[in-house]
Amino acid sequence: MTDFQSGVEPMVYSGRIRMPYQWSAGETGSRFFTQLRDYGRIWGSRCRVCDLVFVPPRKVCGRCLNGIGEWIELPPAGVLQTFTVVYRHRPAIHPADPPFAYGIIRLDGADSGLIHLLGEIEPGEIVSGLRVQAVLKEKRERRGDILDIKYFKPFSA
Amino acid sequence: MLDEVAIVGVGQTKYERRKIGETFADLVFEVTNKALEDAGITIRDIDNVVTVSNDFQDGRTISSMAVMDACGAFGKNVSTVEGDGTLGALYGLMRVLSGAFETTLVVAHCKCSEGDQDLIWNSAFDPVYYRRLGLEAVSASALQARRYMDKYGVTGEQCALVPVKNHRNARANPWAQEAMDLTVEEVMRSPVLASPLKMLDAAPLSDGACAVIFANRWKAGRMTTKPVWVRGVGHCADAYYLGDRDLAGVDSLTGAAKRAYGLAGIVDPRKEIDVVEVFEAFGYQELMWLEGLGFCDPGQGGVFTAGGNTLMDGPWPVNPSGGVLSAHPGLVAGLVRIAEACLQVRGDAGARQVDGVRTALAHGTNGLCGQGHCVWVLGG
Repeated sequence: MTDFQSGVEPMVYSGRIRMPYQWSAGETGSRFFTQLRDYGRIWGSRCRVCDLVFVPPRKVCGRCLNGIGEWIELPPAGVLQTFTVVYRHRPAIHPADPPFAYGIIRLDGADSGLIHLLGEIEPGEIVSGLRVQAVLKEKRERRGDILDIKYFKPFSA
Repeated sequence: MLDEVAIVGVGQTKYERRKIGETFADLVFEVTNKALEDAGITIRDIDNVVTVSNDFQDGRTISSMAVMDACGAFGKNVSTVEGDGTLGALYGLMRVLSGAFETTLVVAHCKCSEGDQDLIWNSAFDPVYYRRLGLEAVSASALQARRYMDKYGVTGEQCALVPVKNHRNARANPWAQEAMDLTVEEVMRSPVLASPLKMLDAAPLSDGACAVIFANRWKAGRMTTKPVWVRGVGHCADAYYLGDRDLAGVDSLTGAAKRAYGLAGIVDPRKEIDVVEVFEAFGYQELMWLEGLGFCDPGQGGVFTAGGNTLMDGPWPVNPSGGVLSAHPGLVAGLVRIAEACLQVRGDAGARQVDGVRTALAHGTNGLCGQGHCVWVLGG
């Protein structure tokens, strides 16, 4: 039998999966985002057993599996632990045109870092260890999501 | 666990950027037959199958069921792992260890070219807290690379030694996708993707599949292929949120290695392991993983690599296959490390064979920035 596949034009089918979701933010996420939206406040949660403050806040401590009931308001300022300046252009997911920067910020009093965008700073000026502060959207623009914080900028007293 | 279960057959496709002529099921069929042929058996000798796939990558719900025919699972007990291939292998190994099965076929497939990797990786982030920030695997790994380099003073040039070495090694591997001669300068001059990561610090995207057959002692003794015994295995996971971890740390890998070494009776990996295959999606990761595996102290991966220790003719050749930097078929990549380590122990690795291998290590990672790790110790 001759090879029936030889000389066959390879066909490619293009498609797309469009899947709407309705993700519950849960009690913890709902409180975090309503406080951010309505009062511009950033809250973390503290595990009393491990004595660790997590932000974003969570309901269960992953270290000891105890429930976390204690809320702690955190100042909108902290230290940049690491960063990257993104040069790839992926408008389908990226929130800004390149170059733009992400950082992980340890807010004062927290034991975990918050990932966010960095702004009001030239890419070449960003260094780990920099003190930064949150810049919030105007209250009327806030929708109760992570982009209610526009970005973190170098701290100015 | 010493010598209870052996790997008796392996099969791989050529890894390529775009396998336009084949479906993912075609790739599964190819490697299933190659592994059976390698073991000198037929599908009748396989009593159960573990497939490894990801529905987002395949663009299909319960994608594993779509490859049942291609891997000979019809009428058999078949189950699926959605995660790195090393975890599928771990499940396959346990099925034999349980005594309920004698021979497990583990087969992983992925065609990275068919989906959009940035959209798929962005969907790995928590949709409530983080997804809208637009992070994907390259940006997240860049945050890790920056932290690792800052904490220990590791340089970009030290990280660049890894793609230089691995692409060179790939020249001896007929399955590898990107075999080339590179210099550190060329890596350093390549376009920045997300600082400090550059184009040539990063793995390519690949299409491909890999299969591995496990057998118990009784079955392994009746096969023609030289059995490669699973001496030890360990798995360990860290926190999900990147901000909860020190991204320069390798705690979960240290934990996985400790468990694998404990089962294998390995006290000092530097004295007892002859060749290493790690899952390095970026150059800096190979340095970090060598620290976690105990080949050098924390922060010393750059110095260790710059000393030539991991070259083909060095004391601990790392990724003679060319590693993930030379072919990255997504969640297949960890199973490839096991297949390659197996070939090294058998002495069947062809032009990429390291002399005198008695014990080989294979490593896989799962999740963002090495959240989870799986370590395998294989011996003849």
